[in-house]
Amino acid sequence: MSTIAALPGLVSLVAEGTDNPRADFSDTPLWLSLVKALIIFVYLLVSTLLVIWFERRVIGRMQQRPGPNRNGPFGLLQTLADGMKSMLKEDVRPKAADAFVFTLAPLITATMCFVSFSIMPLAGEVSMFGHTTPFQLTDTPIAVLLVLAVAGVGIYGVVLAGWSSGSPYPLMGGLRASAQMISYEIAMGLSLVAVFLYAGSMSTSQIVSAQSGLWFVVPAFFSFFVYVITMVGETNRLPFDLAEGEGELTGGFHTEYGSMRFAMFFLGEYINMFTVAALATTMFLGGWQAPPGIAAINDGMFNEGWWGLLWFTAKLWMFMFVFVWLRGSLPRVRYDQFMRFGWKFLIPATLAWVVLVAFFRAGQNGWLGGTVDVAGRSFPVVSLALVGIIAALALAGGWMWDARVERREARLHPHVPDEIDPYAGGHPVPPMPGQRLREPSLTAPALTSRPDTEEATRG
Amino acid sequence: MGLEEKLPAGFVLTTLENVAGYMRKASIWPATFGLACCAIEMMAVGTPDYDIARFGMERFSATPRQADLMIVAGRVSQKMAPVVRQVYDQMPNPKWVISMGVCASSGGMFNNYAIVQGVDHIIPVDIYLPGCPPRPEMLLNAIIELHDQIQNSKLGVNRVAAARAAEAAALRATPTSQMAPTHDHLAHLAAPAGKNLLA
Repeated sequence: MSTIAALPGLVSLVAEGTDNPRADFSDTPLWLSLVKALIIFVYLLVSTLLVIWFERRVIGRMQQRPGPNRNGPFGLLQTLADGMKSMLKEDVRPKAADAFVFTLAPLITATMCFVSFSIMPLAGEVSMFGHTTPFQLTDTPIAVLLVLAVAGVGIYGVVLAGWSSGSPYPLMGGLRASAQMISYEIAMGLSLVAVFLYAGSMSTSQIVSAQSGLWFVVPAFFSFFVYVITMVGETNRLPFDLAEGEGELTGGFHTEYGSMRFAMFFLGEYINMFTVAALATTMFLGGWQAPPGIAAINDGMFNEGWWGLLWFTAKLWMFMFVFVWLRGSLPRVRYDQFMRFGWKFLIPATLAWVVLVAFFRAGQNGWLGGTVDVAGRSFPVVSLALVGIIAALALAGGWMWDARVERREARLHPHVPDEIDPYAGGHPVPPMPGQRLREPSLTAPALTSRPDTEEATRG
Repeated sequence: MGLEEKLPAGFVLTTLENVAGYMRKASIWPATFGLACCAIEMMAVGTPDYDIARFGMERFSATPRQADLMIVAGRVSQKMAPVVRQVYDQMPNPKWVISMGVCASSGGMFNNYAIVQGVDHIIPVDIYLPGCPPRPEMLLNAIIELHDQIQNSKLGVNRVAAARAAEAAALRATPTSQMAPTHDHLAHLAAPAGKNLLA
C-alpha cells in the first residue's frame, strides 16, 4: 500500500528530473529529421574541406611561409583537389592483405565519425520549414555515452586496417593506436563525469541548458584540462600521433592504403577532431549559447534561434586552431612517456577529482551538514573543509616534493670544493666547471725537483 | 577509378581531361625519397624561401602507396637501383618521375661501374632537370613544367591516339647517325698546339 502511495511522487520526480533531454522533438516530423541529418552531413564535409586548408595555411604562417595559395582563391581548392585526385588514383590492394577487412576498415572509420554528431546541439530551438525544432538530430538520456561508444567502435577501423594490411609496420601502428585510444578514452570518460555531476544529466541539451548561468569550464576546470589533453590523444594528432609516426612506422596503420581508401581515413580523422571539439564545446563552453557579455544584450536576442549556430561554430574553430597550434609547435612524444602520462597521471588524478566534485555537489545539496557565512556568502561546511584539506595536502605534497628534489640534486651533484690544487694527485688536473685553481703547492711531488735532474738539465 | 578511361572520344572526354588534369596537378604528393646531395636542394624547396607548399606539395608521403611523384634526387648506385625500382612499382598510377640533377639524368661525373648511367635505365622519366646540383628555383621550374604536362595529358582513347602520334613522329625523324655534323672534329684535332679544342 505504501509503495502505491509513493508511486505518483516517484513518477513526478522522474518527470521533473534532468535525466531526460530538454530538447523537444514533438514538432519534428521524420522528413525534417532527414533534412537535419543532411544539413549536419554537409556541414561536416564543408568544415573538413576548410579545416585542412586552414591547417596548412596556419602552419605555413607559423613557419613564416605562405602555405597553399595557388589552387583556387587563397588556395581554397587545395583540399578538394586532394580528394578528387585520390578518387582518380589507381586502387592498390597488396597481395598479402585480407581483401574483405582491408576494404571494411576505412569504411568503418569514415562512417562512424559522422554518427557522434547526431546528438550535438548545433543551435537551440530554430524554425525550419514551418516547424519549431531543436537544431540537433536527436537526444537521449545517455547521449554523451553514445559519443564514447561510437569512438570505441571507430577504433576498430584503425585496428582492422593495421591487421588486414598483412605487413609489419601497419600492424604495429594499429596496435599502438588501439592501446593509445583505449587508454585515453578512460581518462576522457572520467573527466566528463564531473560535468555529469554538475549538470545532473548525460543528455546534451540538458547539459547546455544547465550552463546558462555559468559555463562548466569554471567549476570543472580540471576536467576541462584533462579533456583537452585526452582529445588530442584520442584523435591521433600531434604531439600524440604515435600511430602513424613517419620516422618509425612510415605511415603506421595506413602504410598500405592509397587513393580513396586513404582519403577515407583522412576524412575520418578530421571529422573526429570536429567531434571531440564539439563535445568539448557542449560540455564545458556552454554549447551553442552566446558568450557571457553578448548573451545579456537586449534580453538575450543573440542567444536564441539560428544565432546558436554561429557561437557553436566559433567555439568549434577555436579548438581547431588549438589543434593546429599544437601541431605547429610540439614534437612527437615517446610512446612509453605517453602511456605513463595517461595511466599514471591522468587517470588517477581524474579519479581523485571526480570524488572531490562528488563531495562538493553533496555539500551544495546540503546532505553533509549545514552552511556557514563567509564574507557575506554562505558556503557548505563540507566544501570549506575539503578546500582546507586539499590546501593542507598540497602544501605537504609541495614540501615533500621539494625535499625529494633537493635530495636528488645532492645525489646527482656531490659537493665539489670551490678551489682545487691541480697538482695534489701528482700530475696536473683541470678544474671542474665553476672551480678555481689554487696556487700550486710546492710540496706536491711533481714540483719537488730532484738535484740530479737539475744538474742534468744544466749540463 | 578507371571509369574515366572508358569514355568515348568527344566533348565529355576532353572536359574530363581538363578537370582530372587540374585536380591531379593541384595535388602532387612527392615520395619522401632522396639519394644524394641533390636531396639537400630538394629539402631546401620545402623551406620558407621557396615553399613548395604553395602548390600543395608539402605533404611528402612516407609510404609510396600515397605518393604521386618520385623526385630521384642524386646519383643512383647499382646497389640502389632495385630499391628505386621497387619504390616506383609500389606507387599507384598515375605517377610521375623527375630526374633531378645531372647524375640521375645521365650518370654525370660518375662515369664508372658503380653508378647507373641515368635513372631512365630503370624507370620512365617525365622531366629531366640538369644541374650539379640544380638550385631550388630550378626544381620549382621542373615542377611547374610537370604541372603543365599533367594538365595537358590525355585520357582513354585520346591517350592512345597521342601515343600513336608520338611514335609516328619518332619514326619519321632523322636518326642522329644520319644528321650532318655540327662541327669538324678532325679540324679541331689538327689545329696547332695550344689551339687544340678537344685536347
